[in-house]
Amino acid sequence: MNFWKAVVAIIWKDIRAELRTKDILSSVFVFALLTVIVFNFAYELRVPSMKMVVPGIIWVAISFAGTLGLNRAFVIEQDKGSLAGLLLAPVDRAAIYFGKMLANLIFILVVELALLPLVMIFFNLSLITGPHLLVLFLGTYGFAAVGTVFSAMAVSTRAREVLLPVLLFPVLLPVLVAGVKMTGGLVDGASLSEMGNWLQLVALYDVGFTVVAYLTFGFVVEE
Amino acid sequence: MERSSRWLIVLTVLSGLGMLVAILFALLLAPNAVGLTPDETYAQRIIYFHVPTAWLSMLAFGVTMVASIAYLASNKRHWDSLAVSSAELGLIFTLATAASGSVWAKPAWNVWWTWDPRLTTYTIVFLLFVAYFMLRSAMEDPARRARFSSVYAIFAFLSVPITFMSIRWWRTIHPVLIDPNEGFGLSPGMMTAFFIGLAAFTLFYVVLLIHRYRLERMKEQVELLKEQLGY
Repeated sequence: MNFWKAVVAIIWKDIRAELRTKDILSSVFVFALLTVIVFNFAYELRVPSMKMVVPGIIWVAISFAGTLGLNRAFVIEQDKGSLAGLLLAPVDRAAIYFGKMLANLIFILVVELALLPLVMIFFNLSLITGPHLLVLFLGTYGFAAVGTVFSAMAVSTRAREVLLPVLLFPVLLPVLVAGVKMTGGLVDGASLSEMGNWLQLVALYDVGFTVVAYLTFGFVVEE
Repeated sequence: MERSSRWLIVLTVLSGLGMLVAILFALLLAPNAVGLTPDETYAQRIIYFHVPTAWLSMLAFGVTMVASIAYLASNKRHWDSLAVSSAELGLIFTLATAASGSVWAKPAWNVWWTWDPRLTTYTIVFLLFVAYFMLRSAMEDPARRARFSSVYAIFAFLSVPITFMSIRWWRTIHPVLIDPNEGFGLSPGMMTAFFIGLAAFTLFYVVLLIHRYRLERMKEQVELLKEQLGY
């Protein structure tokens, strides 16, 4: 089986499994929504305009909910013993990485697309525009690229899910800072070309850590 | 006594003497900084400890990453021992940097802490080290522990420059009133004390690293012996 065929097969397997239970998508979406609502109460009377904090709320909701989703992705594999089956399959370990990573990316993006219209309604902002979606995509990609490796590690430890945010958030910080900065800039009416350095930073992060993940994933799933 | 042990003793004594000289220079021989308030003039002397510990925390982290790559490439356990030894020292030096920095920040900025780019980056570096040790402590199997923590160390170290860059831009757009870059240009006398401090601390790190590494290796040998004896 060639490399990309294997990747697509793994993505498709994850999507089909998810469509049968809808465990991850529904719980992650509801959690993301709750995060937004909790923040609404946390900030309501303290900030002059909710517009000032919405970019932060969006990115915190994405990172918290995304972490939840990443955990589920590997816990399921581990519990049913299907990870062992996946590793026995005659495909490159990197194909397994890209398959799981892209499936995670798709799940988080779907949740974001469901969340955005509600955020728009709650805070009276226009968020479904090309630049906004590009920023969300680039940030989410970095999240999935690093998070997939770390969640594969975390599920094989004693602490399991608890460990993932501890490992992930400090490494993820540049993406969060850049994401909040760019979403904030767009909300304030700046154009994406004025924030070229942030775009480059996230692109650099995405490409760089995809390469690192590609090179190291084999060590993480090796038995 | 083995020859390597004898060398280590010589190095340890030298490093102790070096630290004494560095303290002598930092506290007594270095001239006062000019143009600062009296409080700041005293606090300014942290530079002879602050900069070396900051540099060593980065060096220690770098050594951890290189040793981690070497471990993944060679699968030899001693590289992992070196990585964890260096990470432990890095954690200590990061704390020492933050503590000495606070001593200066209070008189100069009137706060113990501020969300300046370097301080923020250091917090993140500290958290990366903490996560590294939490990951290690969550696994019993030494081979898996070594593999996972090596992978994590590579990710963590590579993220530090990107984090620093991002936080610096983040703050440049929201300018801070206090710029840590302004302040001391060093006079020749201060320069001497500064470089003596840097050299003494670096030697100190190397000596500590060797000791810690030997301890780690001994621990592994004890574990192995216990296993063989069936404990």
